[in-house]
This record gives sequence, structure tokens and C-alpha cells, in this order.
Amino acid sequence: MKKKIALLLALVMIFSVFAVGCGGGDEGGDYAGTVKIGVFEPASGDNGAGGKQETLGIQYANYMTPEVEINGELYKVELEIVDNESDNAKGITAASNLVSSGVSVVLGSYGSAVSIAAGEVFKEAGVPAIGVTCTNPQVTAGNDVYFRICFLDPFQGTVLANYAWENGATKAYCLSKLGDDYSVGLVNYFVQAFKALGGEVVEEQFPNQNADFTSYVANAKSNGCDVFFAPVSTEAAALIIDQAAAQDLGMPMLAGDTWDSNVITGAAQGKDVEVVVTTFYQEGGNPEFDNGIKAWMEADSKMLENNGGNTDLAAVTAMGYDAYYVALEAIKTAGSTDVADVLAAIPDTTYEGVCGQVVFGENGDAVRDTAYVKKCNTETGAWEFVAAQSIK
Amino acid sequence: MEFIAKWLPYILAGISVGGQFALIAIGYTMVYGILRLINFAHGDMFMIAGLVMVYMATVLPLWVSVILVLIITVVLGCTIERVAYRPLRSAPRMSIMISAIGVSYFLQNMALYITGGLTRTYPTIDWLQKNITIMGASTKMVTIITPVLTIVLVIALVFLIKRTKIGMAMRAVSRDFDTSALMGIDINRVIAVTFIIGSFLAAVGSILYFSNYTGIMPTSGSMPGLKAFVAAVFGGIGSIPGAVVGAFVIGICENIIKGLGLTTFSDAFTFVLLIVILMVKPTGLFGEKNIDKV
Repeated sequence: MKKKIALLLALVMIFSVFAVGCGGGDEGGDYAGTVKIGVFEPASGDNGAGGKQETLGIQYANYMTPEVEINGELYKVELEIVDNESDNAKGITAASNLVSSGVSVVLGSYGSAVSIAAGEVFKEAGVPAIGVTCTNPQVTAGNDVYFRICFLDPFQGTVLANYAWENGATKAYCLSKLGDDYSVGLVNYFVQAFKALGGEVVEEQFPNQNADFTSYVANAKSNGCDVFFAPVSTEAAALIIDQAAAQDLGMPMLAGDTWDSNVITGAAQGKDVEVVVTTFYQEGGNPEFDNGIKAWMEADSKMLENNGGNTDLAAVTAMGYDAYYVALEAIKTAGSTDVADVLAAIPDTTYEGVCGQVVFGENGDAVRDTAYVKKCNTETGAWEFVAAQSIK
Repeated sequence: MEFIAKWLPYILAGISVGGQFALIAIGYTMVYGILRLINFAHGDMFMIAGLVMVYMATVLPLWVSVILVLIITVVLGCTIERVAYRPLRSAPRMSIMISAIGVSYFLQNMALYITGGLTRTYPTIDWLQKNITIMGASTKMVTIITPVLTIVLVIALVFLIKRTKIGMAMRAVSRDFDTSALMGIDINRVIAVTFIIGSFLAAVGSILYFSNYTGIMPTSGSMPGLKAFVAAVFGGIGSIPGAVVGAFVIGICENIIKGLGLTTFSDAFTFVLLIVILMVKPTGLFGEKNIDKV
């Protein structure tokens, strides 16, 4: 009896694998072939919420433009989406999967740490990768196949430090996550810039899986700081905001692009906190794109769920949208789906996206000189535009 | 006065988190006392209790959800015991331990599947989450409720073990498994009751813990679970007062260390404490050979 059940189960599994495998291949009669774009993003773990939002932008772009013309022939564009689980070790496995599935170019990842870890895999395989919102300099430094379309942390850190200083802060509390390249890196650049301006800093780090931020908030208060800088993952951020409200923090909270998410506005809504972030895109910057993607999300409850249950646009979604088109441009220029040709074509690719122009400069980083500063309106739970900041 | 103003927030946080660890630690220590099993799935059950609350509260009034969370967690605890541990009762102890690890990963991955990997926000229980000010330190109501509730529950539990028939049976089983079976004690019933109590306390702990730290991920249970386990070992595994004292010590020390500015080392402290206690006093603070192990 048991053997029969086991056999049956095994058969079911085999057939289901077979069925899934066959699903994709049938369509595309009008196409000369398929080109695969890898999406290397977290869908779970610390950065799951942000990764899903970035993926949404890519998916929407794919929905709008599901084909690309290469040398006069029409190719179907297929997204190969993997979950790197916000984890450096698992990210490497996910990256290897992408490489072996024959993608022409990879987009991602949200979260610099996992991009740095996977960079080696892409480098070895010669697969070009385009970072969407990973801002740590080390992602592209010393890696010829990694490009990126966003600004970098030295820039972002300086913008934030300037903002804090101009708003009268003289002592900053800086919190980062132990072993997280993104937050540690950004805090470093912030500290450098803030000290250069003449400010004082208190730096602290919290370990992985920490949920108790009571003492960090208490430390910021007892050290007499006047700005709380914590560019950590949104998961931790929601807990920090909650705790800050509970203990009546009494100073503005400042963070980088990660915090530009409806997770943050959701956490801050109705609480007595002040949250300020720098980001890539301000909702309303391109009404056509805004309305299009909102309608698309509303039509599909799965997508709405991935965006956190409402249609508030995150900057990473807009960046993901741009990244997809940058990849298409590169493939067009290359005139081939071969990784080596695409890799050679990327540096000369330019694209005018919803988040501004993408031109690749040194190290394969995009040339960007503007960040948008936004503030959370805790009554309505929406972001309010403060200023566009540039540095010379 | 200034000294108090500086340290009170840390002490309060420590006592509160200590109380929550204590409620989890009791589950570890009781199961170990009876079955000699470290129930690795306990921390994840704590997380599941949190998730159940999240989903219940979207459709039901809060007080109904709270009651249902307690019931569902207890049912889940008993089911795990029935399905994953009872069939292995006569197997070597290592097999049942590995089964516990399997259950732990199963629960985590099930939560990953259900939540889609995103953090869920715990519903607001106004009464627990409202802000209060104690001697200048602003905190949540739950910070004060936790230690009180923990101590009340522990006293009730000790009473149950010392004064009731089932308590006597539990003490007997923890002394000698086979002999008590020979004396006509229904072992399965005693074990089921142990899991009921453990799960119930974990559910109460989860309501208090997640009211304070409001985000739930599939891995949210592992760190509190691990620390509660250290607390149970520190206090002497098998001893209920030991687990409670251990949990408070760990909670308070961790927060004081953070207050000293050594934030990076707060977790390291907990695990160094585990190593030191195992080297110096392997039976823990209260884990004497002849103590009632329940």
C-alpha cells in the first residue's frame, strides 16, 4: 500500500515537472527567437519587499515591450526571475542558475551586498550585469561585467550629510547592520562628509536578525544626538520607526534610497516621527508612467500584493523599469543575443528613462548628479517632495 | 537621579524582553524535562503564533483573534508532538532531535510560502501598545505588562506542578520515564499536557513580543528561540524557575551591554554565556541532580 502511494507521488512529481517544462515553448510563432533577461532580485529575506518592487518595474516594462528587434528580426523577450533571498551565499547559487539558463544580460540586485557576492559569478561567466539600485561602489569596482544605472553611496552619503548639516544638526547617530555592505558603506560615506562639515557622530551596529531596537533608540537620545541616520533594510526600519515613536525619539530620522518604500510610510503613518530620505525618482515625475503602472498593478492582485498592497510607487520600481529598457537598448546595439556582444555594447548605450538620462561613465557607473529628497507625511502616509539635491 | 534617567530605558527593555524569553524558555525546559528532547521547533511555533494573529486580525475582532491564537497554537503544538515526535518515542534520541529540526525548517518554509517572504506587520492592540511614561522614560504599555504577566503565569504553573494530580504525574515522568509508565501513569497524556502548556506560553509570549517588535518574518522565531534556549540552559534545563531567571538575566544584560555602547557584542555575550555556563556549571544555575525536573 505504502509503496503504491510513494510510486503515485513520484509519478505526479515527474509529470508536473514535465508539464511546467513544456509550458513555455509553444508560443512565439512570429518570433525569430527568444532573448532571455535575467532578473536577479530578492523576493524574500531582509530585502524581499524592495526586491519585489524593483522586479515589478522590470515586469511592467516587459509587459509594455515584450519584444526586441535585433538586426531586423523580431525576438521575444523572456524574463528569467530568480530569488536571491537577500543572502550572499544563496545569491551565488541563484546567480549560477541564471548563468546556466543562458541569459544575455542580468538586471539587479536590490541590496549591494548580494550584488557584490554574485559579481564574481557573472565575471567568471562573462555575463553582463546591470545594477539597478545597488549603490555601493564595490559592486562595479574591479568588475568589468557589472554596470549600474543609479548614483553611488559616496554621492548619496554626501547629499545626506549636507542635508543634515544645513538643517542644523551637529551630532549624528549612525546605525548600520553588521556585515551588510550597503548600510555600513553608506554610513561610512555619511560620516566622512559629516565630519568634514564639522559635525560629530556616534556610530553603532546591530547584529543580523535583531528585532529589539529599544536600546539603539535610547542610545541616540542619551548621547544627545540631533539626527538619527539609519540606512538599513526596510524590515529593520519599520521596527526602528515603531520603537522611535514608542520612546519619543524627538529628532529627524534620515536614510538613503532603501527607505523610499511604502513599508516605511506604512510604519510611520499616524506616529510622531520625522522621516527624510534621498531617492532616485519622485512619484509624479512622469505621469504617463505613473498612471500606466498603477493601472497595470490594479488589474492583477498578485502584482498589487508584491507592491505591498497599494499602488504607491517606489523609486526602485521606476529604476527597474528603466533598467529593462537600458538592457534592450544594449541588445539592439549589440545586434546579437550573445553575452560577449551585449557586454561590449553596454558602455556606449545611452537611454533617456523616467528617472533621467542613463550614460555610463567610469567603472561602468552611470553618471548621475541629482538625488531627490523626500519627507514622509505621517498624517496621510505619503511622501512629500522636499528638494532636488546636487553636489559639486 | 541622572543615573536612573540614563539607565531606566535599558532596564525596562531588558525586563520586558526577558519576560518574553522566559515564556518561550519554559516550553523548552518542560519538554526537555519530560522527554529529554530539545524541541527545536519551539521558536518557529512562536513565529507561527504571530503570523496566525496577523491573519486572524484582518477578519476578526481583536479579542477573538487573541483567543483563537492561543487555541490554534496549542493545537499546532499538540499536532507536532503527535505527528513528528510520538511515532519516534522508542527510537534513539538522536532521531527525534533530527525530526524536531525538520519540523522547524518545515514551519519556516511554510511561513515563507504563505507570507511570500515579506515582513508582516503585527496588528495593533491599543491597550498593549499605547505609550506611557515612567520617571521620564517613554515606553509601551507592554513593557510593564510583560514581567507582571510572566510572573503570574509562572506562579500558576508552579502551583499546577506541585499541587495537582497531573503535576505529580509530570514530576514522576521527569524522574523516571519507564517506572512511571509501569505505575499506571498515562505517559502520552502527560506529554500532551506538557506540549499544551509549552505552546500556550509561547503563544502568550508571541503576543507580547510582537506587540513590542511589530515585524514578523519567517525567521523571526529563530533568534528569540535560540536565546530562550540559552536561557533554559543557563538556568539549568529542566528547571522552570531556572529558565525564568535565566531569561531575565539574558534580557537585562543584553540591553545593558547595548547601553554601554558595545552594541556589536550583545548577541556574542549571550552565546559566550552559554559556553561559560556549560564549562563551569554544566547543570546550570538551578539544575541540581535531585531537583524536580518538569
